[in-house]
Amino acid sequence: MTDNAWIAAALQSARPRALSALLRYFRNLDLAEEAFQEACLRAVRTWPLKGPPRDPTAWLIFVGRNSGVDSLRKRSRNVPLPPEEQLSDTEDTETSLAERLDGAHYRDDILRLLFTCCHPDLPANAQIALALRIVAGVPLKQLARAFLVSEAAMEQRLTRAKRVIADGNVAFDPPDRQTRLERLGNVAVMLYLLFNEGYSRGHSDPGAAQMCDEAIRLCRLLLRLFPSEPEIMGLCALMLLQHARNRARIDNSGQLVLLEDQDRELWDAGMIAEGRALVEKALRHREPGIYQVQAAISAQHARASSAAETDWWSIDRLYQTLETLQPSPVVTLNRAVAVGKTRGPAAALTLIEPLSDRLYTYFYFHGVRGGLLTQLGRIDEAREAFCRAMALAGTPAEAAHIRSHIDRLGKPTPPSPLLALK
Amino acid sequence: MRYAILCYNDENAVSAWTKEEDDACMARLEKVQDTMRVQNKLGPVARLLPTTSATTLRKGSGEPLIIDGPFAETKEQFLGFYIVDCDSLEEAIQFAKDLAVANPGLGSYEIRPVGYYNTNEVDG
Repeated sequence: MTDNAWIAAALQSARPRALSALLRYFRNLDLAEEAFQEACLRAVRTWPLKGPPRDPTAWLIFVGRNSGVDSLRKRSRNVPLPPEEQLSDTEDTETSLAERLDGAHYRDDILRLLFTCCHPDLPANAQIALALRIVAGVPLKQLARAFLVSEAAMEQRLTRAKRVIADGNVAFDPPDRQTRLERLGNVAVMLYLLFNEGYSRGHSDPGAAQMCDEAIRLCRLLLRLFPSEPEIMGLCALMLLQHARNRARIDNSGQLVLLEDQDRELWDAGMIAEGRALVEKALRHREPGIYQVQAAISAQHARASSAAETDWWSIDRLYQTLETLQPSPVVTLNRAVAVGKTRGPAAALTLIEPLSDRLYTYFYFHGVRGGLLTQLGRIDEAREAFCRAMALAGTPAEAAHIRSHIDRLGKPTPPSPLLALK
Repeated sequence: MRYAILCYNDENAVSAWTKEEDDACMARLEKVQDTMRVQNKLGPVARLLPTTSATTLRKGSGEPLIIDGPFAETKEQFLGFYIVDCDSLEEAIQFAKDLAVANPGLGSYEIRPVGYYNTNEVDG
């Protein structure tokens, strides 16, 4: 970090807390954002001269709130000022504010901010864009580039999303325990969406890793506020363990590298250590959930120093648990991979045959099936499955991977005995 | 006298660094450590994972209580430490100053004399 880069880091880290407190005061996303922007501008001007404040977050809230009230007063020539009680107590000082920031309502502020972005009426795409814009502060330009739309289109999308939120009347009362848990669940889903959006983009998109990093950062923030929620630990661990393999999962030519072929030296040891610690912590609570179990599966892969040392029996058991928590043909398909390693390809094939109707349009189904048929020596059927997979491939890397499987099968068996004689 | 240099900072801010910023900072800190290492004055150095991965065991009269995360809610967190063997407090302070230059911004270093010291080696 050079010169004043630490200011940027301080502003970035203060953003969710400061913005969510400002949202509570002003009860309006646009106003809260403007106020935070103004506070940041003043921070960039004054911090290098006067040195950093004792508590940057409290400073930003204090300055942002004052500037927000100011701009409301200016506008009041045309628009009436909201009732005083809506602006909350505006006269207390930075110090007393700093004291109050330690209070428990902090948690509800941030939860409200994150929850606002994952409003159930918003499509997943809009939720992700809104979280990146509002909570993480990603500039509009960058956001538009990430979603391959023009800046104007992105701005329109965000405006529409904000209107949905404004019409939906986000509750500002402190939530009860049940509501809090429901919100946490929704926020967890949104964070994982954000993570997967980045994860699935691969290396060609420079913004992809940032989406993953943001999702992890916000999840850690959430975990600090709710330190004893095992599912939040699980989600954090799951994202860390997946992201740890980022450098190994795509090779220099952009080809997808399967887990068993990855160079484990390229895995990020720090993220794996953190992920595994979180899984162990979560499991002590004995309240299994989908994120914890998926993280535990990821941790099983992470602890094996080579693909051959993977404990497939444990992975099979974990997938069985996941099947009971979240029954889905995709989970069963994943379990079949583990079963193929432990009880052999025939047993795995038996497990997935009943899924063929529901997964007929699913790329991985045909890929896995082709692999199992190859192992069983049923080459023609394998080729058929791989061809089906290739037709369903979503990215060039996926298609190339399947093609390499087909190439390894050798030449097709000639269709008629006459040709075979030649 | 051996001193522990205990590093405190807002881990939210540290985790807002990009990978490049983090790597660059670690490289600069490594250089500062080298000056102590060549004089044979540098002991173990540790950087801790985020407090979210921590567990606290709280002692009491009965069975100890196991709590998720660090026990106290504080603005700055304990993020890591250096053990140095210095001729004087001044030298330890100078080392901490050099670290602060290499890693500018907020946070603090607590310079604390070491009482008991045992260099057990473990494989990480």
